[in-house]
Amino acid sequence: MHIVVCIKQVPDSAQIRVHPVTNTIMRQGVPTIINPYDLFALEEALKVRDHHGGEVTVLTMGPPMAEEALRKALTYGADRAILLTDRHFAGSDTLATSFALSQAISQIGNSFDTPDIVFTGKQTIDGDTAQVGPGIAKRLNLVQLTYVAKITSIDLSARAITVERRSEGGTHVLKSELPCLITMLEGTTVIRRGSLDDALRAARSEIVKWNAAEAGIEDITKCGLRGSPTVVKRVFAPTPREQKAVQIDTTEKRVHDIANELVASIFTHQPALQHELSSAGSA
Amino acid sequence: MYKAPVDEIAFTLKHVAGMGDALQSGALGDLGEDLVDAILSEAGRFATEEVAPLGDIGDRQGSRLVGGKVQTPDGWRDLYHSWIGGGWNGLTAPEAYGGQNLPHMLHVAAMEMWNAGSMAFALGPTLTMGAIEALEKHGSDALKATYLPKMVSGEWTGTMNLTEPHAGSDLGVLKTRAERRDDGTYRIFGQKIFITWGEHDFTDNIVHLVLARLPDAPAGTKGISLFLVPKFLVKADGSLGERNDLFCHSLEHKLGIHGSPTCTMIYGDGKFGAEKGAVGYLIGEENRGLACMFTMMNNARLAVGMQGVAIADAATQKAIAFAKERTQGKAPGWTGQGMSPIIEHPDVARTLLTMKALTQGSRAISYACAHAVDMAHAAEGEKAKYWQERSSLLTPIAKSFSTDAGVDVASMGIQVHGGMGFIEETGAARYLRDARIAPIYEGTNGIQAIDLVTRKLPLSDGAHVRGFIGELREIASAVRASNRNGFGETAARLDAALDDLSAATEWLIAAVAASKLAEALAGATAYQRLFGLALTGVYLAKGGLAEVSDAKEDQRIALCRFTAENLLAETAALKDRVVNGADSLAVARAVLA
Ligand SMILES: Cc1cc2nc3c(=O)[nH]c(=O)nc-3n(C[C@H](O)[C@H](O)[C@H](O)COP(=O)(O)OP(=O)(O)OC[C@H]3O[C@@H](n4cnc5c(N)ncnc54)[C@H](O)[C@@H]3O)c2cc1C
Ligand SMILES: Cc1cc2nc3c(=O)[nH]c(=O)nc-3n(C[C@H](O)[C@H](O)[C@H](O)COP(=O)(O)OP(=O)(O)OC[C@H]3O[C@@H](n4cnc5c(N)ncnc54)[C@H](O)[C@@H]3O)c2cc1C
Repeated sequence: MHIVVCIKQVPDSAQIRVHPVTNTIMRQGVPTIINPYDLFALEEALKVRDHHGGEVTVLTMGPPMAEEALRKALTYGADRAILLTDRHFAGSDTLATSFALSQAISQIGNSFDTPDIVFTGKQTIDGDTAQVGPGIAKRLNLVQLTYVAKITSIDLSARAITVERRSEGGTHVLKSELPCLITMLEGTTVIRRGSLDDALRAARSEIVKWNAAEAGIEDITKCGLRGSPTVVKRVFAPTPREQKAVQIDTTEKRVHDIANELVASIFTHQPALQHELSSAGSA
Repeated sequence: MYKAPVDEIAFTLKHVAGMGDALQSGALGDLGEDLVDAILSEAGRFATEEVAPLGDIGDRQGSRLVGGKVQTPDGWRDLYHSWIGGGWNGLTAPEAYGGQNLPHMLHVAAMEMWNAGSMAFALGPTLTMGAIEALEKHGSDALKATYLPKMVSGEWTGTMNLTEPHAGSDLGVLKTRAERRDDGTYRIFGQKIFITWGEHDFTDNIVHLVLARLPDAPAGTKGISLFLVPKFLVKADGSLGERNDLFCHSLEHKLGIHGSPTCTMIYGDGKFGAEKGAVGYLIGEENRGLACMFTMMNNARLAVGMQGVAIADAATQKAIAFAKERTQGKAPGWTGQGMSPIIEHPDVARTLLTMKALTQGSRAISYACAHAVDMAHAAEGEKAKYWQERSSLLTPIAKSFSTDAGVDVASMGIQVHGGMGFIEETGAARYLRDARIAPIYEGTNGIQAIDLVTRKLPLSDGAHVRGFIGELREIASAVRASNRNGFGETAARLDAALDDLSAATEWLIAAVAASKLAEALAGATAYQRLFGLALTGVYLAKGGLAEVSDAKEDQRIALCRFTAENLLAETAALKDRVVNGADSLAVARAVLA
């Protein structure tokens, strides 16, 4: 069993501040973390490996400092780490990112072992697009199982996998074939801790570093800025519409009256809403 | 609930205590910043996620003696096994016995976090590590081969048996007997009290290190030998054999650290085995036992200092969280609706900032001490001597200032909580109860002060301490020269505190040299605190000067300035007590008659 997990190093959004005057994101000094969904993916992958045997390879595309994220993944027990780093990758949008990662995953198959499962997170907390996972699946022609909350079972001899996929209002139980690509939700609640031995092993093991050529990429124009049709036009912090919260005195009223008053007061502020709702009701 | 402040700890290690330089110079071998961060973050997660949630139950249930066996609190046995499973017990232990031989700085940082989770729990491993150190330095190869691998892995724990009913601070009068046997082993007879983790259900075997006296030994401290006395004898193949003739007679009922069993141990009572007497194996040479103990004493004292830092931090975190939630009255300038959170009141804010300053100051002193230990280990010749002296000088300060801070800060924490602080379920009271032992054991803080004044100040004829104060003055100058905003009067206040330190130091060196011991010792504790406070000011300034853009720079400088302008004025009073207090003390003794 060979599992590839794509992880991205992202700024810890809990600690990001927007400059009050210039409205730009203040990244300076903000610590980086592994994208939380990718950690859940990694945990799921490690569990599958612990149960069925095999290896977990973690892959990231990013600047040299992304090595830190890979070492963390090694601390948790990943067997191999690959850093895709090349100035040609700079400025990649989701299209270019998916292209580069899928090429690298093919190369991983050639160099080590064909992956049975590729994991990505559901989405990142900085880019937030949720496009990279499906983008990889399409390029590698893998079955894609998105929004997975749990892997219920894997039958290696039958090459079958059953997962729970969360969707609005319920859960899909999906059975599919291997190989496949899974985009992971916050599945497990517990991410394992590394032991001291793991931390030492991680710090002392070698990280495989590939540039574009080593990742098997021939068409450089599909990478980085050149391969990215998306441009960010503007980044801004929306101006918050300040409104004072209204306090309702509830001491001497029935719940029903309070609710009626509340609805009435909303309609006073939003007459259009009342109109829409009542016409919807009569239709 | 306590959350390990991994970033703050890493910052202090690297930018205040000297780890950054040590890493760069290669003094720490192949250790890199990545590894430091990884280890701290995993050790911190263990403290936050595993230890801290079980701290409370340990306090409430305590360890109990049931049918001669010690039952530890619910969940603690599993906790211990998950902790050793993580390999943490072997952090600094020698590689030859399965340890990782990592620097002491990492060890104290990790100890801080585990102790903050539960001091009663972390105390057990602290003693095992002390026993490992003593055995490794002085034990025979055979003893080491039999015992060390299992003690390093944590499969067996270790204890320290020094204290007897009439022999506490003065071990010279201890009575436990050791008799020679023809096969080279010894038999031990006697009673030891207050033995931490002397009996428990974590592991199958417990390795006791016991101080005892041979029949023909000279009186006093020069007649004490050190023995390894296992609970179960170990067979040639390493498996456990007969039960040795020793047992835990009773557990103490204590103010705090309830989870940690404090045992009265009876040796050679004839309860187990064919022949009366507990089988013991000599460690080091006969009559040199106290010297063997002293080689590990420095690290053990520093480890206890970490308990003070740990409790101070945990208590501070709790108090700040509470003060943000609790609303009461209207603070001056409060414009919000209703009552203000109590953190807005100047008095509460001052208390909380004092707690933070004492926590960070004692942390920095302790880490700097660990740094000196590491450097002494890595260096050679004159450099080694310099670092050796630095760690010797800092050890009593780290132990006493930090453990006093633990108590003071925990008490302030209760005050911030108001009436709820006095109520057990809040958890603030536990910190004070737990913290209170640390100034007492491992050499009382009073004994530390004596050590500082009579043994440490005279190192290199006073040159070491003078050189150190000189180094501290450079940091004060750097603050003066700094063009960063926010330091306020820091430079002047640091200069004044260092002047006080310098004057008190010179007075004491002269008094000790002139054998005016009563005068010198009268102010020893005041001097110890003066040193700790001055170091707190200087180390917080060093942190404030550090060029690290992590969005915390302004906060560091603000806390540094608060410390300088609110806390450092105390150094003048302390100096006065040192140089002018002895006469009135001598006269006033009559009051106590
Ligand atoms: C402030 C900001 C500015 C940006 N500016 C530009 C710009 O100027 N031009 C431009 O083209 N794009 C820009 N981007 C987009 C950026 O390049 C995307 O973040 C990137 O393409 C990945 O998309 P995503 O983060 O939305 O990933 P998602 O699709 O949300 O990620 C899903 C999963 O894919 C995997 N994954 C994603 N990225 C990687 C990776 N690098 N390595 C390994 N696995 C990965 C992870 O498992 C992740 O959980 C910008 C993004 C931000 C936040
Ligand atoms: C919970 C707990 C756990 C412990 N764990 C262990 C353990 O694992 N192993 C072990 O061997 N011991 C242990 N001890 C014992 C501890 O180390 C001693 O209590 C400590 O050394 C003080 O000794 P004492 O209690 O006899 O006090 P004393 O020595 O009687 O001291 C009483 C007071 O007199 C002062 N004093 C004593 N001598 C001098 C002096 N020469 N000059 C100035 N002042 C002096 C002291 O500072 C103190 O304030 C433990 C104690 C407790 C309470």
